[in-house]
Order: sequence, then C-alpha cells, then structure tokens
Amino acid sequence: MADGLGLSNVTIHKGETRLLSVDTHINRGEALTIMGPSGSGKSTLLSYITGSLDLAFKAAGSVTLDGEEINTKPAHLRHIGILFQDDLLFPHMSVGANLSFGLDRSIPRTERKDRINAALDSVGLAGFFDRDPATLSGGQRARVSLMRTLLSNPKALLLDEPFSRLDQDLRQQVRELVFNHAKAQSLPVLLVTHDMDDAQAAGGAILRLDR
Amino acid sequence: MARALVILILIGPVIAGLIGVILPTLGYFPAAGANHFSLEPIQALFAWNGLASAVRLSITTGLFATALSCLIALGFTASMMASPWWRRVQSILGPLLAVPHAAAAFGMVFLIAPSGWIARVLAPVLGWDRPPDLLIVNDPWGVALVLGLVIKEVPFLLLMIIAALPQVDAPSRLKVSASLGYGVIAGWTLAVLPAVYKQIRLPIYLVLAFSMSVVDVALILGPTTPNTLAVQVLKWMNDPDISLRGQAAAGAILQFGLIIIAILALRLFEQLMGGLRNWIIMGGLRLAMLEQLRWLLQCLGAIVFFALLIGLCGLLMWSVAGFWAFPDLTPNSISLSNWARHSDGLMVRLGQTAIIGFTAATISLSIAVLYLESTRTVPNWAIFLPLIIPQVAFLPGVQILLLNMGLKGGLAVVIAAHMVFVLPYVILTLGGSYRTWNRDFERVGHALGASPARVFWRIRLPMLLAPLVSSLAVGFAVSVGQYLPTLLIGGGRISTLTTEAVALASGGDRRAIAVFSVLQLLAALVPFVIALGLPMILWRNRRGMSHG
Repeated sequence: MADGLGLSNVTIHKGETRLLSVDTHINRGEALTIMGPSGSGKSTLLSYITGSLDLAFKAAGSVTLDGEEINTKPAHLRHIGILFQDDLLFPHMSVGANLSFGLDRSIPRTERKDRINAALDSVGLAGFFDRDPATLSGGQRARVSLMRTLLSNPKALLLDEPFSRLDQDLRQQVRELVFNHAKAQSLPVLLVTHDMDDAQAAGGAILRLDR
Repeated sequence: MARALVILILIGPVIAGLIGVILPTLGYFPAAGANHFSLEPIQALFAWNGLASAVRLSITTGLFATALSCLIALGFTASMMASPWWRRVQSILGPLLAVPHAAAAFGMVFLIAPSGWIARVLAPVLGWDRPPDLLIVNDPWGVALVLGLVIKEVPFLLLMIIAALPQVDAPSRLKVSASLGYGVIAGWTLAVLPAVYKQIRLPIYLVLAFSMSVVDVALILGPTTPNTLAVQVLKWMNDPDISLRGQAAAGAILQFGLIIIAILALRLFEQLMGGLRNWIIMGGLRLAMLEQLRWLLQCLGAIVFFALLIGLCGLLMWSVAGFWAFPDLTPNSISLSNWARHSDGLMVRLGQTAIIGFTAATISLSIAVLYLESTRTVPNWAIFLPLIIPQVAFLPGVQILLLNMGLKGGLAVVIAAHMVFVLPYVILTLGGSYRTWNRDFERVGHALGASPARVFWRIRLPMLLAPLVSSLAVGFAVSVGQYLPTLLIGGGRISTLTTEAVALASGGDRRAIAVFSVLQLLAALVPFVIALGLPMILWRNRRGMSHG
C-alpha cells in the first residue's frame, strides 16, 4: 500500500440518510480539497478520520495512513494533525506550554525548549514563549496553532475551514504559511472549505459534495 | 456506572425513607416490638388535640410564604429589570443563597423581636423604655415564620427567574407589548410571565413544599403551642419513648399528603390565573393602574434584601456585644468575650461541620464529574426529587429503617445523608458549564497525541476550574445549612454549628445564639469567597480564563 492518507469506500450515515461516500488517496506532499454546502458532512468526514465521530453518525470504510489502517485506533494514537476555524489554543497555558503539549514525551527537557523557540522563530514569533495566548492577535494565534500541530509530528494534516475566521489579507498570509509548511514536511493535506480561493491555494484536486 | 450511583444516592433514600414511614404508620415497627399491622399509630395521631391547629398552621404559613415570595420576586423582576441596579442585584444573589436558613431566621429574630432593632428605632417615638410586651417572634399565627421564610425564598426565586429570562427573550416581548400600549408591569404580567412561569414552576413547587414542612426556621420563628406539623413530627421522633415514632411516621405521611394537596391546589390556581389573563387580553384591558405599583414592588424587594442583610448585621453585633441597654441602637461595649466563652464548643462544632461538609461536597463533586463525563443522563425530575419531597416526610423513615436494622447513626451515615441534598445542587451548578465546554479542545488534544486521561487532567479540568470550585463551595454551603439530616440520621450524637444554634433557640441566650450563627454563616460564605478568588489568583496571567 502506498504512503499518504487513504480513504477507501468511506461512507457516513446520519440515521437512515447517507451523507457522503468517498474513495480516494492523498499522496505525501499533496493536497485534496473537499467542497460542499454546510450540512453535506464534510466536517463529519474529518471527525471520522480523527476518531471523534459523534454518536449520531454511523460510518464505515477504512482509513489508512502510510499503509497502516488507523480507523480502529483510539484518536490520540492516529498521528493526524487538525486545524479548526478557531485556533483552540488552551487558554490556561502559556504559548510555550501550548506548543510543548503536543511535543513527543521522549524529547528531553532541554531540547524541548530549543525546538519550541525555533518553531516560534520560524513564524516570526521569537520571544513569545511565556506569553498569554489571550494577548495575541488573531494572526499570531493562528500561527501558534499551526506550529503546535506541526510540532506534534503528524503524518497527515486535516484543515477544517481554518482560514474562514481571519481577515482577507491575513487569510492570504496564513494560508501560504500553512501550505508551505505542509509541503516542506511532505504531509498529505485534506482541506474542507467552501471558499474557492482556499481550494486554489491548496493546489490539489477538488472533490465536490452535493446535497 | 456513574448514572447508577447518582440514581442510587438521589432516589434510593427517598424511596427507602417513604417505605420507612409507611410501615410504622401501619403499625409495623420491630424495633419497638410491634410485629403486626394495626391502625394504632394513625389513631394516636388523630387523638392528639393539637393536630387541627398544626395542620392549619402548616397550610397557612406554607401558602402565605410561597405566595408572598412569588409576588415579591416576580414584582421585583418586572419593576427592576430595566434599572441599572438590576446587574448588582444579580451579583449578590449567589452569596445570599448560601446564607443558611437558620442564620437568616436568627437575623430576623434580632430585627423584629420586642428587643430587636426595629423596636429600638421606634422606642424614642413611642416612649418605650423597656422592650414592649408583645409576642412577635413565635407568634401563634406564624407571621414571623412567614417573614423568615420569605427573606430566604425571594433570593432563590429571583435566581431561578434570572436563569429563565434569557430563554424567553423578555426585552423583545416587552418592546412589542409596549408598542401595543401596555406599560412595563402590565406587559411583563401578560407577555413575559406566562413563558417565565413554565420555567420556574418546579422551583415554586419546591418553595411551597419547603415552606410547608420546614423545621429549623419553624423552631426559631414559628409558633410553639401548638407547633407546626413538621416540628411536631420531629418532637415525636426525638422522644425517648420509642413507640411515639409510629405516630411520628403517620404525621410524616400526613405532611406529605398535605403538600401534594397544596401543589394540586396551586395547579388549579394556575388554571384560574390563565383564565383571568385571557379575560383581560380579550377585553383589551391595558391595566394602566398597575404602573402605579411599580414603586411599591421595588420597595418590597428592597425591604426583603435589607431585612436579610440588617438581620445578619444584628447577628454580628450581638456576637460581640457586652452590655446592651434597651433603647440603644448599639451595644454599650464591644468585646470578644462571647466568642472566648464559647470557644471550645465552637471549635468542636466547626470541626464537625467542616468534616461533614468537605467530605460530602468532595465526594458529590467527584460523582457529579463522573456522571457528567458519561453520556447517559438522569431525567431532571430525579435530580430534583430529594429537594421536592420534604425532608420531614422521608428522613424519619430512613432513621426508622436504620433503627430496625440495628444501625447507629455515626459520622459516615450523616455524611451520606447530607450527600442526598448536596449532590443535586452540585450537579445543577456544574452541569451548565460542563456541557457547554467546547469539545473541540478535546479533539485538538487527541490530535496532538494526548490520551483521554491526559486531556481530562491537563485540559478539561483546568479549564473548568472556576465552575468546579464554585460548585464545591455551593455543595459545602448546602451541607453547612442542613439541620434535619444531621439531627435525625445522626441520632442526636452528631452536633454541628447548625444543630447547636437551633438547639440554643429556645434558651434565649442571644449572645450564644449570635456566636454560633455567625460562625455558621462564615462556614457557608468563606468557601464562596475562596471559590471566587482562587481561579483569579491561579489564572491571573491568563486573560482567556477570566470568563471560563
């Protein structure tokens, strides 16, 4: 089986109605955009992949990551990174603690701090380690959120309309940043959106869901 | 699992207790040597010549206290909602609710008694140089009892009304009714109240059931010859002659029946009021004269708040009073000697109060968290059950069952009994914040590789710290205020600040009453202050946590 994120015959039902059915594969470093109106089940698909599907839904089909079937594993062992509309930075932790939360435990303390500072530096947030996330601007928070996900060393990246809350010019910037980093780490990217600009920036195939 | 535990704690004792009073009512009481069924306990109850007055008092004081509390709480909301003071009123309701009933009732005594502050203010005008010889506290009609209940029930009902208001969008309803020519009070009564009432119906039944069957407030402020029915049931329960428990049980059942009849009567009254409302609307009446009442309604609400607060100040004053001559408004001397004289007794009771309260609140909080973590829920009526079934109706049954099983009430049993009343409040206060917590934080945590346990301990609990500690404080305050569970289930062997303060009521040593009540008040309120302050200190550098 090939590297990357595979969805084979994934179908999602809500009660008796079938919401969607997807059969696709995303190679490393490539992107797939799923577009569709709200209620078409695109975010539900992401929940199924991350392992947090609401009990109201029923799903079938297998999800593979680098050839390994992951849909039977618990959510926290799947190595799937996800970014949401909200940055969801933990409000009770400093910026540095937020980044450290996802960093693998096997990395020794001294190295952790260096890795975190380097990550902050790479997105223009040097010296933000001890800051309260609530004091950051929207763009800064989006960048911290991205680095938190990347530091947790995911093998695939899911994006659940992560740019829709940002202002027009900020959106452009953050979008570029996210896709550049994903490409640099050659992650398969699955983007869910209803913004055509997002889909074009992602650069990959586009899958439309109808309702 | 957690759900089963919650059901067991909330419903188990109520059912066991009701069985425990039904059996002795029918004459079956092995611990007193009665192994066959008979009607003797019921006959003994009806042979008691105070019964008619006791029943009448329970009904009249319960109904008047409920009616007055509803009228004041609803009228105050209608007349104050648009005022800038409304927010401040809301912010003091929480602490006022934590004030134990007994402390509020003693505050009332120090306010209205012949030697109380009101009499002292009037004395120069009326030329009194001695306290007037009037039976104001413990009056035979139960007026003082009604007042003592009203000052505690109004804040409770206000809090329930405030919780209901956002769901009915009161401002829009008032705007519409105003544009159609209705004043604020009329618009509120005709357009907002019907929707609000649906939400506060259960709390009103709670107030009715509580007011009809209250024991501690009735012992402090209520009539003495005869007592209310609930007090008489307690007296029979506490009598050394164990055979009197049969008629106590029969009395408990009668009390329960009276409450059910009263609630049914209230339902009928609701129908009548609905009909009256329709008649007013169909007649196109604008009820303009109601606007004249606005000022009066505001005053009534304010009087309730001030009566409660000044009463508590009275407690504080008497606790440090030396000699205090009659018409003087303040003591002639102030010292801590009252506190010093009772320090041993205070410390012992404070210790018991704190151990029971802390254990009951902590275990209840843990159960509440486990329960809220699980996806299966318990219906709302089950959570309210131990609050709406009057304590005096089922706690005697629990005691009788324990007696029949040969169990002696010790500290552990009393803690378990407190939990029956602490757990509902903890679940009710924690539930809202727990369920509205953004579960996407959990998804992010898992996506970052954190196990469910790590998400729970490192993300969920810290983010919910403020509601967790405040529901712990609520649970503690509820436990501090408990009188009947401590007395009946502890079999008189467990003495807390509350039981001791109420026991002192009949003695009339105002300084002793004051020090025990003040300490009871502090025991209930200090955890509240800590609950407010702790998250602020811990999260002082985290702005995003200030509204968590």
